[in-house]
This record gives sequence, structure tokens and C-alpha cells, in this order.
Amino acid sequence: MKERANRETDRENRETAAGEARIECATHAAGVSHHASEKHHHHTHATGSHHPGGHHLLTVEHLGVSFTMYDPAAPFFSGKRMVSRAIRDLSISVHVGEVLAVVGASGSGKTLLADAILGLSEPNARVTGSIWFDGVPQDAASLARLRGNGIALVPQSVSHLDPLMRVGDQIVGFKARSRAEKHARRARMRGLMEAYGLDRSVERLYPHELSGGMARRVLLLSALIDDPRLIMADEPTPGLDLDLAVQALGDLRSFANRGGGVLLITHDLELALRIADRVAVFRDGTVVEETAVENFARPELLEHPFSRALWHAMPEHGFDVPAKSAEQLAETVGSML
Amino acid sequence: MRFPVIVRGFARFAVLMVAVSIVTFWLVSSSPIDPVQANVGQAAYAGMSAAKRAQLEAFWGSDLSFWERCLGWASLAVTGDLGTSLRFNAPVTEVIASRATGSLALMACAWVLAGVLGCVLGIVAGACSGRMPDRVIRGCAYVLSATPTFWLGLVALMVFSVFLGWFPAGFSVPIGMSASDVTLVDRAYHLVLPALVLSVTGVANIALHTREKTIDVLASDYARFARARGERTAGIVLHHGLRNLMLPALTLQCASISEIFGGSVLVEQVFSYPGLGQAAVTAGLGGDAPLLVGIALASAALVFAGNLLANVLYGVVDPRMKGATAHVA
Repeated sequence: MKERANRETDRENRETAAGEARIECATHAAGVSHHASEKHHHHTHATGSHHPGGHHLLTVEHLGVSFTMYDPAAPFFSGKRMVSRAIRDLSISVHVGEVLAVVGASGSGKTLLADAILGLSEPNARVTGSIWFDGVPQDAASLARLRGNGIALVPQSVSHLDPLMRVGDQIVGFKARSRAEKHARRARMRGLMEAYGLDRSVERLYPHELSGGMARRVLLLSALIDDPRLIMADEPTPGLDLDLAVQALGDLRSFANRGGGVLLITHDLELALRIADRVAVFRDGTVVEETAVENFARPELLEHPFSRALWHAMPEHGFDVPAKSAEQLAETVGSML
Repeated sequence: MRFPVIVRGFARFAVLMVAVSIVTFWLVSSSPIDPVQANVGQAAYAGMSAAKRAQLEAFWGSDLSFWERCLGWASLAVTGDLGTSLRFNAPVTEVIASRATGSLALMACAWVLAGVLGCVLGIVAGACSGRMPDRVIRGCAYVLSATPTFWLGLVALMVFSVFLGWFPAGFSVPIGMSASDVTLVDRAYHLVLPALVLSVTGVANIALHTREKTIDVLASDYARFARARGERTAGIVLHHGLRNLMLPALTLQCASISEIFGGSVLVEQVFSYPGLGQAAVTAGLGGDAPLLVGIALASAALVFAGNLLANVLYGVVDPRMKGATAHVA
């Protein structure tokens, strides 16, 4: 992760240049600011996007993730080492109080983005680019310190819970250094369970005894107990019926409304449009467009042809898949809806 | 219709006992060793009249057919009388009982040692997978599992008993000491070397299996989530690794009872340790059918008990087994 030398001056500048209509952005070169609707950092704002302190909650710029591997297409023993680029030149920003949905086809490498932000990439992965959290540039070590301590992950399925440990013990986790701290965390968990409508008896259950909706909330609570600023939710809806999916996303929405940031990674554009403030359209290892949800009202407002193809392919817009122009494009779009 | 677990378990045990005794009888009867010749001694047998030989054969019943002998033994065995050992000239139950104490102590020590050491080494290797500690542990495990137990026993005797003089060169008690003077310390001292040698083969096996399982656990979704919540590798192994490793380790540990028993035959022979293993060798070479069948039954019962233990513990350890029964035995 390369660091910016001019970070400190940026932070000083934003204090002086903060105006009424213009938004000062810490990650820009000194003195540059922009209008609320103006495109900056590869994205435009939604009405709810705020910049308290003049910076984003999370900024990822020019992220690249590549893997060194042996050519899988070559015959045995003659395969040469090659670099497979899974993510390239990806930039996204999450503001305080908003939900940013990264929408892309299943298996297109969206989870690698979460791994990179958590500093959990595989040993053979090469990660390049810059990540800022709360205006502070991060490297691998500082990202590791942020895990469960500012950034929390809400994983995909119940398989992310230890099958042999009671759910309550897992939500409390193992961060407490003392008995009193452990007690406090348990009390906090009980409060959260009550707030999220989980019965006290759930505490004593094992993961295989949870229903789909209970499992979702247990996973969410495992993240919330650490009082994070940013939640990354990796495909939180598969396997849930519509009601439960909407409820799960509603939980994330209310976390954002309370002043947190949510990075929602999903393949489901329709659900994303329901609760997100902005959508980042993910395709072929990069984000082709990061735009406000309102812009999905009309295709003219969308910039990238792929985003427009997505719009046309949505059920309420007639499943119109432009077959003749780009067959592969249609294939990708089809797998997302 | 389904019978209760206890009934089914008992039926399984009975079938096992019958099968083991028939197979052992058949093996002994098809062995080329003539029990009469083997038990009166080469010289005495050569100078013996044919009438005397026939009298002995009739006395020991070796002129009877296989099924006659088998059923004759079985009709007494169900009453608890396993017959008389030819070589030890004592009831089989007594021979086994006196031999079992030494053997069980030896096997239990080796079993616990192999389990604990194997688990610890396996977890360390798995947690450091690919790095130096892993490579050293794996290398040692491969070498050890490829080493024959009896050879290792001989080397251990040479190095630690003969050259270094740290341990006695065999037997379970000091030579020339009267039985009443032998202390527990003496017995333990004689136990150390054979138990260590016996545990070694088990250690390699258990360490390699535990290493694989540790790698699996650390690559699992729940380990990844724990990492995403800020836990380090050591914490993940401690909090999630151990309990998830427990089930396969239990299976391995209980299954290794049979291996340990097999190894004890060789180790007891090398160390002249008077246990069941050595008695089995003596019985086999002497055509001592009752003792051999008795020992075979005892060892089968032990292995069965091991598997039963695994079954019961599975239900206790794994919450997913609540209400279900395991099928390990």
C-alpha cells in the first residue's frame, strides 16, 4: 500500500477551505473542493452523502489484486508462472451515514475487495493501491489492527460460525482482556439481542439450530458488538426469502442511519436499489460506475453502457438484454438478475 | 423394528466374540505346529513311544476334529471357563489377568503419550504450515512412521540401556529381586523405555492427521470470520481449533488402540517385557490354542471398548449428535 506524502497538508487545508456549498475533500490535492453533485473521486454523491471532517469514511483508490500462479491452461509441467489480475484500478468511497452497494455478478471477485480492505488477502496475492479509513492512509499492518476495531465484516452464511460453540459465546467473542470486560460485552450482547428481537434462549443455541433469519442477525450482532464505524456485508441475502432479505438489509440501513457506513457487496441489484444510497457497478474486476441510486430512475442518468444495460435488463424495465451488441455483456447482466 | 442401543451394541459384541474365536481356532488348527511335540520338547518327543504320544494326544484332545474342539471349548467358554494354557499350565483367565496388568500399564502410557504428543505436534505443524516448525515435524513424522517398531526398540535398547545405561535392558522388574520387594517406582522405571518406543509409531500417525485437520480448520469460513474480527492465529487455534479438532482426534485416538496393541507384541518381545503381547507369541509358537484364543478375545474386547468409548464421547462432545447415534464401531 503506497502512502501519500502530502496527507498532513491535506488535512490542514480542509479546515480552512470548508465552505457552504463546496465540499472539501481530504484525499484531493491541496485546496481542491467540489459541489455536492459534482463528480469527484470517480463518484457522484447521493443526497445523504456527508463528508464530516472533510473526508470519506472509507476511500479505496486504484486497488489492484493479482495472483501469481501457474498457467492453468497449459499442460502439466510446462505451465509458466503467470500473473492473474483479479481486481484492477478499483476506486470506491463510503461516506458516513450511507450504504454503498457494490453490485456485480457472482464469482466476479467482489469478495477479494472485502479481503483487501480487511487485509486478509491470500499469501500469493499482490495488493496495490491506496486505502484510507477515516482520512488516515492504511497499510497492511494498520488494516489488520482495524479488523473488529473500526471495520467489521458481516459474512455470507452460518458456516462462518464455529459449529461447536454456543452462539452467545461467539457473539461475545474473545476480545475481552479481563473478566469484567467479558461481563460488559455479554451485557452489551444481551442489549443488542433484545434490540434486534432475538430471544434470550438463542444465546444457548448452536449454529445448526438457528433459522435463516436468526443466523443473519447473529452474524450482524457479531459485527455490531465491536461497535464498528464501517460494516462490510458480503452477500448477506442469498438463501433468504424476500421478507427476510429485506429485513436483513433494513438492519444494515438502520446502522447507516445511526451514523455508520455500510459497504454492501451483493449480486442483487434490485435489493441494493431498495436500501443503498449509492451503487458501484462492478464488472471484470473493477468498478465501472459509482453513482447515486436516484440515477437508476432513468437510464440517461447512467454513464457507463454496462450500467445502462443493467437498467434495461431489470424486470420492471422489460428484461431487455441487448443480445446483438455484446453477447458477453448480456451474459454477465443475466447472471446478476 | 429397532432395538435399543444397548441391545444392538451387545449383539454386535457377541457376534464379534464368536467370529474372533472361530477364526483364531481355525488359524491355530491349520498351523503346522504340533502341540504335543511343541510342549513335551524335541528330545523327549523323539524318545517317546507311539503309545505314549497317542495318550498325550488324547489327553490334550489334539486328535479331535476342528469342530469338536471348537464346540468343546465354546461350551465351557460360555460358563466363563476359557480352558487351561498348555504353556503356562494354568487357567487361561489367570494367565491373562496376571499378564494384563503389566501390558495395560504399558499400553495406556504409550496411548496417552502418543495422543498428547501427536496432537500438540500436529497442531503446531498445522498452525505453522509450510514454515520451519512444520517442515521439521513433518519430516520427523514421515521418518518415524516408516521405522519398524522392533528395530526402533533395539536401537533404543542399545543407546539408552547399553551405551548410556539410563534404563534397564528389559523385563518389568529388577532381575534377582524378590517379588515382595519390587516397588511401584521400579515398575515405572522399567516401563519408560518400552512405553516411549511403543508410543512413537502412534505419534507420527496422529501428528500428521491432526496437522491436516488443523490446516482445514484454519482455512474454514469460521476461522476467516474470527480473523476478520481481529483474532490472531494462536487465538483461533485455541478458541475454535481445539474443539473442532477434538472429534477427529477422538476417533483417531480410539482407533489407535488396535495399533498400540499390535505394536505391544513386538515391543514386549524386544524388551522381554512379560505382558499379553509376549504371552501371545509364546502361545502361538507353542500351539497353545486356549491361551491364544483367550488373548485374541481380550484384545478384540479392548478394541471394541475403544470404539464404544469413541461413540459415547461423540455424543457428549458434538452438539449436532444430540438425539442421534454414531456408527463408528
